[in-house]
Order: sequence, then structure tokens, then C-alpha cells
Amino acid sequence: MSLEVSDNSMKWRFDFSRIPSACGLSGFINRDGNRVGGEVIIESMRVMNERGNGLGGGFAGYGIYPEYAEDYALHIMFESQEGKLACEALLKENVNVEKMEEIPTEPNERIVNPPILWRYFCKPRAEKLNETGKSEDDFIVDLVMQINTDVPGSFVFSSGKNMGVFKAVGFAEDVGDFYRLGEYKGYAWIGHTRFPTNTPGWWGGAHPFNILDWSVVHNGEISSYGTNKRYLEMFGYRCTLLTDTEVMAYLFDLLIRKHRLPIEIACSVMAAPFWKDIDRTNGDERKLYESLRSVYAGALVNGPFAVIVGFSRGLMGLNDRIKLRPLVAAEKNEYIYISSEEAAIREICPKPERIWAPRAGKPVIALLRDGA
Amino acid sequence: MDKSSHALQREEEVKTVELDARRFHYRELNERIKSLINSGYEEIILNGVNGQRYIGDGLVHKVRIVINGVPGNDLGVFMDGPFIMVNDNAQDGVGNTMNSGMIVVRGHAGDVIGYGMRGGKIFIRDDVGYRTGIHMKSYRDQVPVIVVGGSAGDFLGEYMAGGIIVVLGVGVNSGKIVGHYTGTGMHGGVIYLADSIDQSRLGNEVRIFLVNDDDVRRLEALISEFSRLTGLDVSGIDPESFIKLLPASHRPYGNMYVY
Repeated sequence: MSLEVSDNSMKWRFDFSRIPSACGLSGFINRDGNRVGGEVIIESMRVMNERGNGLGGGFAGYGIYPEYAEDYALHIMFESQEGKLACEALLKENVNVEKMEEIPTEPNERIVNPPILWRYFCKPRAEKLNETGKSEDDFIVDLVMQINTDVPGSFVFSSGKNMGVFKAVGFAEDVGDFYRLGEYKGYAWIGHTRFPTNTPGWWGGAHPFNILDWSVVHNGEISSYGTNKRYLEMFGYRCTLLTDTEVMAYLFDLLIRKHRLPIEIACSVMAAPFWKDIDRTNGDERKLYESLRSVYAGALVNGPFAVIVGFSRGLMGLNDRIKLRPLVAAEKNEYIYISSEEAAIREICPKPERIWAPRAGKPVIALLRDGA
Repeated sequence: MDKSSHALQREEEVKTVELDARRFHYRELNERIKSLINSGYEEIILNGVNGQRYIGDGLVHKVRIVINGVPGNDLGVFMDGPFIMVNDNAQDGVGNTMNSGMIVVRGHAGDVIGYGMRGGKIFIRDDVGYRTGIHMKSYRDQVPVIVVGGSAGDFLGEYMAGGIIVVLGVGVNSGKIVGHYTGTGMHGGVIYLADSIDQSRLGNEVRIFLVNDDDVRRLEALISEFSRLTGLDVSGIDPESFIKLLPASHRPYGNMYVY
């Protein structure tokens, strides 16, 4: 059964019977830094096929580019060759490209109309850094914002070191096959299957959303998107990908990298305690939460969410303040798992030592062990 | 042995069937379950279940389904009669809108357990997540019951309109048997807790009471049935020391939006 839709261009979005779903998330980390193949995260995501509707799937792997570990690995999607040429001219001006190549894919009939997908391993040019006085990370963030805003049909969807985001329109497991994830090894992986609710299901809108090494997969809706977007613009971030989750990646970069907040404190900014709960605290604790809510009002993320965040040092899961989206975590030996559904964890770790449901607004943080 | 007794013997043998669920998508699995029931099976043992949704959905038969593995969301949704035993953990939405029958989980369960439940029983041996018993309701002799062996997360019994929720708190630290916003919007039914809680964990619509003799008898019966089915040791539990939560008003919002 399909709904009658008068606007022809919208027909494809409604041409199916009701599909009961919600986004699905999964991620894991080997805290000793041992690397495992991308097929593991695909198998975990496959269990949650029902949570997506084929309009977006994606992954991020950490530790996948050891041979270019010191380079920024820019993954860029281009809608046209002209855009690619324009973008490459801009890159040439600003960075030294160690290696550039098409991102290897294995076309399958379920992933249609892919954009041109290339990756560039590069470092900012020394004279540009001197000229601008920026740090390497800041320089790359600004370059990503410039490409996404100014270069027609070009979008940087991954910009960290020794990590990479792979995303597309499709079901997660098909996206994983498309990008040949089984050929990469990483110490941490996150995956997402998408059921877009408010925004278009396009390649740039698939998850994870990334800046530098921050990658975010999200289930929910960020009703504070407008506030967060304007707040981020004050610091030079530009939201161009038409999806609410984009603000989360930039907020983590701003709060943790730029403002050097501890991870737990950054989480208390985004999933801030309610005033009524702050009223029940005293002394320094009260002062801290009052200050955070005042200083970082624009970084409070409202609405239902469960997110998994990947970064070079680890993995983190976080829920909104009243847990309106599911999140489960588990531990076995040096592995920590976080997912929307326990079955997605048990598929790749049948007998965890510990399984628990994270509390609302309280992060699960799993860092690489010292020396890993 | 004559033919008729042989036939009878065979029929008794085939009452139970085991199924390897591993290779089935949930649609196939649930169709398979229905067709097995239609062929006369009374007990279905599902092995290797992992994440298949809606197991037992809408079944009206007095059958027994044993699940080895983790069933997917909405286990027993709209169910009206069956007995489901899960020998592992369960996910979200166990017993969503179920009407009668019983679900026993020998492990923990996720969020929104017993959502809109209107009859039957759900027993969870360990902890449950957020919003357990949200919108559950009763009508005459249809009184849904949820018993939790461990602790419950925030919003237990949110908008509860009827039925019984019992939380035993076995192995749970004092004062943490339920989360915050317990009974928010509650306007019917009763919640029994094995441990007292701080007023700050309650919604505005509920009040704390001591249990009476009828409550104790009811709790004794439920706890012993719960222990028998889940295997949880309840020897340290004293029903006389329970507290009960009742709604302060049956029409908490009667004065809202009326002028």
C-alpha cells in the first residue's frame, strides 16, 4: 500500500507501507588498542536492520590508516567533476597532499547514485599556518567549513587522523559492504542505520557526523538545533549538512578540544542537569552546574537523543536527560560495547561479563588504556 | 498396539517442538510460530533467538513459548493468552498492550515494559529500565500485574491508570529501588515497593501509604509465584515492610485546560 502524494517529487519518500523504525546505533572499542576488522560492526548493525529504512547508514573506524597516521584523512563527496576540481584547487593552496585516491567501493544494487568519493591524506602547508597563526586542527576545521560552505556540491565528511567515516544512503550493512569495511582494521568502530524523520535522506545527511577525530551517531531529534547552530556559528562552525546531529560533532570539538572541558563536564553541558536537580546540590557542585548552564546555555542539547561518540582516545555513549531513546552498554575483557539494542551487542559478544542500561544524561566513557 | 493408540501416542509426542530461530527474520519466525500453533503444538521452544521482534504478537492461544536467547523489542505485543518464558535478558517494550497471559524473563529487561498493558502478568527477575508500566490500566476483573525482582528506572508507573506494580529490589542499594519521577501522572492502580524512598523521587500525583492486611496477602501470593517462576531467592523479603504508592487523585488534570 502506498499513500497518494500530490507532489511528484516527494513520491519516493512515501512509497511504502508504514515502516515502524527508529535509528539504530552500535559501537565498540578494544581498550588495548588491538585492531579488528570492520565486518564485526557490520554484523552488529545487521541485527538492527529494522530500526532503519534504507535512507542512511554509516560507520566510523579508528586506527584504520596507520600508514598515514600523521596526516589528516579527508574523505570528500563530490556531486560533480567540476566541484572536485574546484575543491582540489583549494586543497592544493592550503595543504600538502601526501596521497590522494578514490575511496575503494564495491558497487551493489542497493546503493544507488553514489557521488564521487575521494580521500586525501594531507597536512596543512607550513606557510599557511604561519600566515594565519592557527593551530593545525583549527586550520583543518576552517578548511572543512570553507569547502562545505563555498565549494559547490563538495562535502568533507571525515577529517580526522588515522580514522575514517564511511556513509551513504542505504541500509547500514549494505553501506558497509559498499565501502569494503572488512578490508580495514580499527581499534574502535561505530555504526548507524538511519530512519530520517525531519530532514532529507541524502548522502551528506547519513551518520556519522564528523569533524577532526569526533564522530557522532545519533538516534533522536535535537529540538535545540537552531540555538546550537547559531551558538556554534559564533565560533566559526557552519552547519551545512541539513541534519540536526551535525551540531553534536561540532559541540564536542568546541567543548572538549577547544575549551578543554573534561568529557564528563562536556556531557553535563549538553545533557545539563535540570534546575530542580541543581537546587538539590550545594557548594562547589551547585556553583559548577549553575555556571555551566549559564555560560553554555547555547550548547545545551534538548530533545530525545541517544548518541555514540567516537574519538581518537575512546568511545562514549550519552542519553538525553530523561532517556527518551534506548542505550545499552556491555563489557568483556578489554572490550566495551554500546548499542541501541542488547541483541546487537550479543551478536558480536555472546556472553559479556557485564551488561547495563546507562542512566539518563550520564555518559558511558571507554578510553584506550595508557600505552595502548 | 492398535492403530488408534499409536495415533494418540504420536499426538502427545508432537505437542512440543524446538525451532532454531537463528536463521529467521522476525516475520518468518512469527509466521512459523503461528503455523505451528495451528498445527496443534502446545509448547514451542525457540533456540538461538537474537533480536527478533514481536515474538508472540497477538496470539490468543493458551500455548507456552520458551525463548533461549535475547528476544527483540515488543515481545508479546497485543498478546492474549500465551505463557512466554525467556531464559535470558529481554529488550524494550515487553508485553506492549498485552491483554492476558504471562511473560517471565529470567534476566533484566529494557525500557517501557508493559506499556499500556491491560491484563495478564509480567515477571522480570532482575532490573528494568525507564517507564515501566507506563499507561497500564485495568477494567473490572482485568488487572495487569508487573513484578520486578531488581530495581526500576525513572518514570515507573507514569500515567498509570490501573493494575499492580511490585518492585522487590533484591540486591539493590537502599533508597535506589526506583528512579525519579515515579508515578508521575498516576491516577489509578497501585505500586508496591520493598524499600522506602525519598519523596523527591516521586511524581506530584502520588502519595506514600503503609500496606494493610489485604496488601500483604496479595504480595505474599505474588512474591511466591514470582520466586517459583524466576528462580529468584526472595527469602529476605518481608511484605509487611513494603510501602505502597497510590494516586492522590483519580482526575489529576480535571482542572487543567477547562477555562
